Amino acid sequence: MRVVVWITETGWEACVETAAALAPAGAEVTLLAVPSGELEEVAAGGRAGLLGRRPPPPRGPSWDEVADDAARALLADARDRLAREAATEVRHGRVEREVVAACVGADLLVLARDGDDARLGPKSLGRHARFVVDHAPCRVLLVWPGEPPAAKLPPPPHEHGEHPPPPPPHERGEHPPPPPAPHERP
Amino acid sequence: MSEVAALVALAATLAAAVARPRLAPDWAVAAVAAGLLVATGVLSAGDARSAASDLGPTIAFLAALLVLADGCREAGLFEALGAAMAQGSRGSPRRLLAMVFAVAAGTTAVLSLDATVVLLTPVVFATAARLRVPARPHVYACSHLANSASLLLPISNLTNLLAFEASGLSFTRFAALMALPWLVALAVEWVVLGRAFARDLRPGRSAPHGGGHERVVLPRFAIGVVAATLVGFALSSLAGIAPVWIAAAGALALVIRERRPPVAVVRATEPAFLVFVLGLAIVVRAAGDHGLQSAVDGLVPHGDGLLALIGIAAVAAVAANLLNNLPATLIVLPVAAAGGAGPVLAMLIGVNVGPNLTYVGSLATLLWRRVLHAHDHDTDIGEFVRLGALTVPPILLASTLALWLALRVV
Repeated sequence: MRVVVWITETGWEACVETAAALAPAGAEVTLLAVPSGELEEVAAGGRAGLLGRRPPPPRGPSWDEVADDAARALLADARDRLAREAATEVRHGRVEREVVAACVGADLLVLARDGDDARLGPKSLGRHARFVVDHAPCRVLLVWPGEPPAAKLPPPPHEHGEHPPPPPPHERGEHPPPPPAPHERP
Repeated sequence: MSEVAALVALAATLAAAVARPRLAPDWAVAAVAAGLLVATGVLSAGDARSAASDLGPTIAFLAALLVLADGCREAGLFEALGAAMAQGSRGSPRRLLAMVFAVAAGTTAVLSLDATVVLLTPVVFATAARLRVPARPHVYACSHLANSASLLLPISNLTNLLAFEASGLSFTRFAALMALPWLVALAVEWVVLGRAFARDLRPGRSAPHGGGHERVVLPRFAIGVVAATLVGFALSSLAGIAPVWIAAAGALALVIRERRPPVAVVRATEPAFLVFVLGLAIVVRAAGDHGLQSAVDGLVPHGDGLLALIGIAAVAAVAANLLNNLPATLIVLPVAAAGGAGPVLAMLIGVNVGPNLTYVGSLATLLWRRVLHAHDHDTDIGEFVRLGALTVPPILLASTLALWLALRVV
């Protein structure tokens, strides 16, 4: 069994703990990190906005090197926490697409919610996790970065009786429903 | 015919600055365009000379400030600020954001937005990466504050420097009038960015990573020189000394202390940029004399009542977003300056804060970058535009209101 664990700054502990607890003993675990190029583009855009200026490149390691070093350090810590044999991989490019590409041939992906994790609901998935959950070519295990929020479910409207669901249109005297199309007939 | 020639020269200069073609660098296009306008008589030699001599002190001032910022970089000021931010944050993302706000606002105000964009932003990114906290709020804060925190001093933004002379204000009075608008802008940014990135700013599950262990060695000499320069600016009007001399003295002190070779000093002044600004100013003067001025005059509200000031700030923000704030300032300034200091400062609020609507300073640059790098990057442009839409209009309104109050009180 091949398990990919997507390691991010905000959810890596939960993902590693889940993989440690649930991945079978013989599973081949890969810890994956994909540094985003988004902030580098924001910074490059800022420099492009300085019309006419040609500032020398800043000293010290490049933006990519900083992002890469941070990703590798995070993966090393994740492997220590996992406390078992695991491969590490750093990929570059569009984050969500690289994660999906890394899952080709895998049996399971473990990832953390990357949206608003203070409330239950669709917004607990951010842009990247949403794409990955929808497109990963394997089983997906989605974990909360911390404790799941103790929010109650919203009450189902019809049990409270105040706002029953609207009757179907034909009971409201509107247009009758169209007959089923021929190819839908049993 | 002259109208068309002047507008074509302006369009060519701006296009070269945005597209940066290798064979026709913007400074050369600006210089050739200015030369052609004078040679063909579109702009008289006398007018060109007066445009150049009006701008001369500003260009010298700019060159001195660029050398001052370069000296601070050489002295290791920005690495030291990175270590200080890491230590002050004690690993908490929200405390780090507070540190980034303080440092970015200070750097922008004192060493100009260029220093924040070019020198501070990479340090902030590296600091966040080292602390293992999401870097987005901090990098976005730098990017926003480079513009919105550049209201305070005449030296915080080249636009301010250009308008400073025309405003007729002393250095101290400029700062006193813009202090409240500046604080209001910072407050709006803090509230909006803090809410937008609330999730990234929550403390992580693990113990803080790598914070607080760094030794902070601040380059005292460089900081002392910058502080002395600021005091010099404040006293310059009392002593009757032009601020450019104070800036030159500060730059010279750092050049000597850091033993900068003459070539490095000349390079730090960005001579190509100085030529570009001079050429652009002459081209704008020609376009202004041939119809652009009266067209802008019809668009910009007159007077220094609250509504007029808000209108000026809004028009300036739109102009800055269409072109870039440098040409926008050159174009709107003569009209605003006719109304006195209030309209000039309102214009500055517009041209300085407006560029935050796009992350590249103007629509022209944004479109050009989209053409070049359509699929290269994982850029969620929507995010930046959304943050711009949430911050720019409230800052334009609230900071202009603050300016209106300051004009009555100070």
